[in-house]
Amino acid sequence: MIPVLFIVIPMITGLAVFFFKNERSVKLLALFSSLATLVVALLGLTLLNDNNNVQYSANWLGFLGSRISLKVDGMGQVLCLLTSISYPAIFIATWKNQYQKAGNFFGLMLLSQAGLMGVFVAMDALLFYFFWEMVLIPVYFLSSQWGGEKRIRATMKFFIYTFLGSVLMLVGIIYLYSQTPDHSFSIESFYNLNKILPGKTQNWVFWLFFAAFAVKMPIFPFHTWQPDLYEQANTPTTMVLSGVMVKMGVFACIRWLLPVVSIASFQWGDVVTSLAVIGILYASLLAIQQDDLKRLVAYSSIAHIGLMCATIFSETTVGLQGVMIQMFNHGINVLGLWIVVEMIEKTCGTRKISELGGLAQKAPSLAIFAMIIGLASVALPLTNAFIGEFMMLNGIFSSSITHYNIVFTVLAAVSIILAAIYILTMIRKVFFGSSNTVTSNAQDIQWSQKLVLSVIVILILWLGIYPDSMLNLTHGLSESIIKKSDVLPLLMKH
Amino acid sequence: MNALIISAVWGVIMMFSGIVLKQKHAIRNLAVAGLILLLLANGLEMSGTMFFKVDTKGMIEFDRFALLFDSIIFASAILYLLLSARDMEKVGSNYAEYLALIFFILCGVVLVASFKSLLILFLGIEIISIPLYILTGSDKRNLKSNEASLKYLLLGAFSTGLMLMGIALIYGATGSFMNANIDVFKEPPSALLITGMTLLMFSMAFKTSVAPFHFWAPDVYDGAPVVFSSFMMTIVKGAAFIAFIRLFDEAFGSLAPKWQLWMAILTAATLFIGNITAVFQQSVKRMMAYSSIAHAGFMMLAVYAMNTDAKEGILLYIAAYCLATIGIFAVLGKMSDYTFDGFNGFAKSQPLLAATITIFLLSLAGIPLTAGFLSKFYMLKAVIDTHHNLWLVIFAVLMAAVSIYYYFRLIQAMYFKEGTVKEIHITPVFKWTMMILAAFIIILGIYPNLLLYWLYF
Repeated sequence: MIPVLFIVIPMITGLAVFFFKNERSVKLLALFSSLATLVVALLGLTLLNDNNNVQYSANWLGFLGSRISLKVDGMGQVLCLLTSISYPAIFIATWKNQYQKAGNFFGLMLLSQAGLMGVFVAMDALLFYFFWEMVLIPVYFLSSQWGGEKRIRATMKFFIYTFLGSVLMLVGIIYLYSQTPDHSFSIESFYNLNKILPGKTQNWVFWLFFAAFAVKMPIFPFHTWQPDLYEQANTPTTMVLSGVMVKMGVFACIRWLLPVVSIASFQWGDVVTSLAVIGILYASLLAIQQDDLKRLVAYSSIAHIGLMCATIFSETTVGLQGVMIQMFNHGINVLGLWIVVEMIEKTCGTRKISELGGLAQKAPSLAIFAMIIGLASVALPLTNAFIGEFMMLNGIFSSSITHYNIVFTVLAAVSIILAAIYILTMIRKVFFGSSNTVTSNAQDIQWSQKLVLSVIVILILWLGIYPDSMLNLTHGLSESIIKKSDVLPLLMKH
Repeated sequence: MNALIISAVWGVIMMFSGIVLKQKHAIRNLAVAGLILLLLANGLEMSGTMFFKVDTKGMIEFDRFALLFDSIIFASAILYLLLSARDMEKVGSNYAEYLALIFFILCGVVLVASFKSLLILFLGIEIISIPLYILTGSDKRNLKSNEASLKYLLLGAFSTGLMLMGIALIYGATGSFMNANIDVFKEPPSALLITGMTLLMFSMAFKTSVAPFHFWAPDVYDGAPVVFSSFMMTIVKGAAFIAFIRLFDEAFGSLAPKWQLWMAILTAATLFIGNITAVFQQSVKRMMAYSSIAHAGFMMLAVYAMNTDAKEGILLYIAAYCLATIGIFAVLGKMSDYTFDGFNGFAKSQPLLAATITIFLLSLAGIPLTAGFLSKFYMLKAVIDTHHNLWLVIFAVLMAAVSIYYYFRLIQAMYFKEGTVKEIHITPVFKWTMMILAAFIIILGIYPNLLLYWLYF
């Protein structure tokens, strides 16, 4: 029942919120709904964590071989938890924001949450595609309606990119479906295809799928929509985009690509990893150059996601597990960064690093939180990202399927140094030094942001010191996926 | 058979209703009543009740496929009349005659959906075409409408000539007009038969506005009064596609290796021209005309694939496409400014209509949870199942991505751009019908079985 609740709670409240006129009641209902989802997620992790509760299956398009088949597995738990933490955090942190047509804004936000949850729990390819697109529509309206001046153009670019990727994936899904012996869209049938499909076919089906995932993540050179959109969309939307939505691509690579077309994933592994590594370095170097805080975070996000992508295609259990928990870590870290950026923009009226300075004197608590979250983004030991990035780099290094593992590891590790450069420089320029006319009237953050940032900091430290709680969730799944995508027996068979 | 006879008779009744009934709304109600009767009679025929027993010598056969298609068409026509019948008053003074012509067209639609002989196909196509020439030119004082009508008549007559020539050649080759007899031929097929088939392919491509025979379509759809171009683009185009499928399935099924590649090329050309040209349009009406060509390209995928999925899918496609296009055109008919800019700020003044139009546009663009997605899905699946020419599928989805641009441009204009829209007069019936249309699109997008079920039971 839990996966159904994940989708139904936000969807129903989301639709209801459209009809509310009063901004306060809209906000309360949205917050209540997102908290209810969080409670369900926590119950699903603890009390109700048994097989009956985390699965759901019902008839849908029987004649097409598609069922409503939902399941929260280890990775699903991590990502659903991330989604259900992010939404209330976003709502609380931006509680004071005023919106034109608040009903529409919060309705669309909740609908996007329903879609995201659906993507993470769908165990049927057609259903997965439905949810995949269902996320896109609310986000399209969110970022077109609210945001900067050039938002419409940026959103259109984003939408056409992602839609193009998605329809290519649709072709891939239908093709794989036509190859399944039992004509079914279920994930088990897709996993069995691995043994049937010859390598040649897999090689082009791989790109149909990867086009969709690469745009979503985004991987160099498919990333050009991202900085524009992050800059133009308003901050709550950007938080959804970068906190949760980009994880869809990473997640989908693990669930729908690696174990389904493993021979192709093996064959193209080096190409994709190279692209990812180029992206990491390129985005990190660009991040150093940025003067706009939003663009800086956007590029840093590309670098972090690139590392995850590179790790996935190194196909090691430890690396995969690292990706899974790093998805969560990156989600909450970037959420924290966005809140900090939003607060800076609110209080100083600008996002330009060159115009800011000495903010720590006026806003000490904001500075403390920014420092901790910044250090977590740099993957300092004792923060959550350290665990994730260590495991990922370890995974790439110990990978047995590529000859270039040392090169990839070294280049990817450079990104950590570059991250330290741009994050620490940013913090130094924005928060330290002497204050100027822009920052002299700055105010410190209020209780709502303090609350959310404290929760984020607690999570950062907790997962940094005691990561076992998260590692236990993902261990079994990582092993089984690596086992399914082991190419050696497949290659011998063909 | 029920629908065929009732539609013809009701057409005659409508013609005389103009003399007897003086009030416009009475005529309108009579037409709606006639369509509801048609739908019911057709529904009864599906469950086995025939009102009329006519021996057609096997030239017409009402199978499930044809009957289900007729039901879709009648249901769409009811919704069409509920939304647009008032706007027909604005076109000219011959209100009853317009409605009568629409009933005659429906009679032709029933014929082409269930022909078993090329003669009936020809008859049906002509019964559809001639009233259409009149309706296109019905706005007599408008030069564009006259031009469109003349263009349509000349080119239509030309394509009819091609069709007759083709039928004659096929008769020469096989000695029969019956679909079933044409399909039985000695290998290798004679040049006469192949030529005849090619001519029929061209003329059907003309009727369905498939590139490179599409040149009439944008001008005619743009020139004709909005109410009638909506009818032409949806119901008539659907009927032409059903005839196309039936012809190439039943009469030329065994010749498939000869025509399949040509169909693939026609499909790709139509998709390309329709979508790319639509991007550059400034008028929503003309954009929809090109979008209709683009959708013809997608429906051509069914003609190309010609398997069970294709036949199920084309019905769903026609339903989805008709519902969405009828809805958009109904609103377009109320607007004074057809350009994209004319829709700026539409969502503020008409939030409900804007929301329903958005659903229609999403369906046309093929976004999941709408009928448009599943119908595109069926088309792609049908082609993938043939295991040939998979490039066509990739090309089709690329073009579907292009279509996002022009459909979403309208959404952008309605929601995200500032502007003032002239007050438009909306009746409650109009509002409710629009909501029903949107509901149908979403329901079919989640449970297509509700429609396709009737194909088998």
